[in-house]
Amino acid sequence: MRTVDILLFVVFPYVSVALAVLVGLYRYFFDRFSFSSFSSQFLENRALFFGSAPWHYALLIILAAHIAGMFTGFWSRFIAPPSRLYPLEAFGAALGLSSVVTLGVLFVRRLLNPRIRKVTTLPDWLLVIVLMLQLAVGVYVALFYRWGSLWYMYTAVPWMISLAKFQPAIQYVTSLPWIIKLHYLGGFLLLAIFPFTRLVHVVVFPITYLWRPYQVVIWNIRRRFAPAR
Amino acid sequence: MDVRAQVSMVFHLDKCIGCHTCSIACKNIWTDRKGTEYHWWNNVETKPGTGFPTLWEDQEKYRGGWERDPRTGKVRLKLQGKLGTLTNIFYNPYLPRIDDYYEPWTYDYENLFNAPLSDDQPTARPISMVTGEYIDTVEAGPNWDDDLGGSPVYADNDPNLKNLSPEERRSMQELGNLVFFYLPRICNHCLNPGCVAACPAGAIYKRGEDGIVLISQEKCRAWRMCISGCPYKKVYFNWFTGKSEKCILCYPRLETGQPPACFHACVGRIRYLGLILYDADRITWAISQPDEYLVEAQRSVILDPFDPEVIRNAKANGITDLMIEYAQRSPVYKFFKLWKLALPLHPEFRTLPMLFYVPPMQPVQAVQRNGVYETVDAGQEGLAPMLAALEKNRTPIKYLASLFSAGNEQIIREVYHKLIAVRIYMRFKKVGDVTPGDVQRALQLGQTTPDECEAIWRLTSLPTFEERFVVPPLAREMAVENQFPELDPERRNYPTYRAEVGFGFRKAPERRW
Repeated sequence: MRTVDILLFVVFPYVSVALAVLVGLYRYFFDRFSFSSFSSQFLENRALFFGSAPWHYALLIILAAHIAGMFTGFWSRFIAPPSRLYPLEAFGAALGLSSVVTLGVLFVRRLLNPRIRKVTTLPDWLLVIVLMLQLAVGVYVALFYRWGSLWYMYTAVPWMISLAKFQPAIQYVTSLPWIIKLHYLGGFLLLAIFPFTRLVHVVVFPITYLWRPYQVVIWNIRRRFAPAR
Repeated sequence: MDVRAQVSMVFHLDKCIGCHTCSIACKNIWTDRKGTEYHWWNNVETKPGTGFPTLWEDQEKYRGGWERDPRTGKVRLKLQGKLGTLTNIFYNPYLPRIDDYYEPWTYDYENLFNAPLSDDQPTARPISMVTGEYIDTVEAGPNWDDDLGGSPVYADNDPNLKNLSPEERRSMQELGNLVFFYLPRICNHCLNPGCVAACPAGAIYKRGEDGIVLISQEKCRAWRMCISGCPYKKVYFNWFTGKSEKCILCYPRLETGQPPACFHACVGRIRYLGLILYDADRITWAISQPDEYLVEAQRSVILDPFDPEVIRNAKANGITDLMIEYAQRSPVYKFFKLWKLALPLHPEFRTLPMLFYVPPMQPVQAVQRNGVYETVDAGQEGLAPMLAALEKNRTPIKYLASLFSAGNEQIIREVYHKLIAVRIYMRFKKVGDVTPGDVQRALQLGQTTPDECEAIWRLTSLPTFEERFVVPPLAREMAVENQFPELDPERRNYPTYRAEVGFGFRKAPERRW
């Protein structure tokens, strides 16, 4: 095992997760004000429509597929028949391409619209560039190293499981082509920069809205005076 | 009966002179920060007009407030359901853009000093306060439609005109017959707020003790549904911090016994503030009523603070004796519930707004004859010549009904009959040129009594500061005690640092990440 492999495939993932958790928690408890999606729709509407909504949906589906692949038992049965595997791969590649295009729309919007430029910070640029690279590499892998839905289960998944078990087994990934390795590391890079960027809005997605009552009332002094009702 | 207290308001439109002092008082205190330049938590509109933001009343455009299913009588958010909110979260199709308000700007004043010597006067070009770049043509600004009653661009596009007959619309445009009045607006601090219901993060809440609706800046995540959800467009997006902000009814002032700044600053003394008690159990019933019953339904949600049953339930709910006493003195209770003179703005949005308006008296109908401006005789009601008959109002009853009673013209008529009765009675008393018979008829028509007329007149024309603003004791100091149970006067361990208690940011509200 080369030192650089250990650094990249053992140390780096652990550091990324540690950063994501620790900085994320620090930010949540000490600077909750900054937990925002920082939507710029109010300043620019049109390009956002073609960028934001399709990008988010494409990404959510791609992400869901990546996570589903970790359940190897279910996943291997699911994609076993070629009648599922082929459309799935084609669909995945198409989604990946569209996510690159729509993120491109968002990138250009941020670059060219003077209003949006004013509400763009350095972490925003960092995030959009890393995302763009990760998506582009992912699409390249999907197109030129086909059947990733299959070999993903025998490379990245056992590697990540070994990391989770604190018994790193990097032989699953070290011999892969460099572009695939880049995609794997890109994922952890995203995790590492997540707490420093607006990406934190992912973890505060307001799912609780679905079961919350419409009206929210907060009492400051009632409990002190009122008998329990 | 779930009795709760609510700080609520009355604006007497007859007295509003449209000076915008209220707006400036608010702006100077709360919204002179970056990202809030375009916020007007208090604004004054000219009616008929398109308002601010442009066409805010058009809910087909912005989808604010609630709508009632005419078949089931059930009420739902007009914007979308809960699942719709989560699926539209990446792009809100009904969000107003900054251009629906205006792009805030300043001027390049420096050029006035630094311009090189030339044959022409130097100018101060407008500069956008968003981008910092020059704006060639400023196309909209605050109060852009100020005083433009009768204008084909602004007044004619008022959404409230859509039910008027062509003659009525024409008459409102005729030269010499033009009419407009002012409509000051702040957050209504509704009983059934659309903004609270639309916020997926649960960042917006109503304070239980006084009903003030606030946005937690810590919990707001810029999902921006509140901006659409509020039918009055009184939630503003701070484009710089990525947070929504709104009128806070100057609660730091209220908690120290002062009226809100816009109330305090009002030159025309049109504003009244007081506590009312309401029955929270009846809200769902009230908002489900058909349009024409909405005002009456809202009145029935408001409780009589003198009723022993109400007082008992209020006390059981933790409302202090002092608060009940203040609710009994409330001018809002008198105007809205007792005298039925004040009306909610656009009750058909079904948010139960707690800011009520006394509609403006109408200018006397007049025609030019042989170069003389003559008042039209009052016709059937025989209250001439000082007050034109209601049906000959320059502002059609239908228009006012569209604003204040969800189309119920009878309610508007009753309000005006009473207002007219007060005038006639007081003229009878003070000037004496009205016959007792006319007074009797006016009182009968207005369904009022001399005593009531006197009381209305007193609270309308001669109220003192303390009569206009019955600022309830919000007992905030007790709330603070509640948060610091270990406070000990012996050890004097009070929270003494600024921003330790009360409101305020302990870090600058700006982007750091």
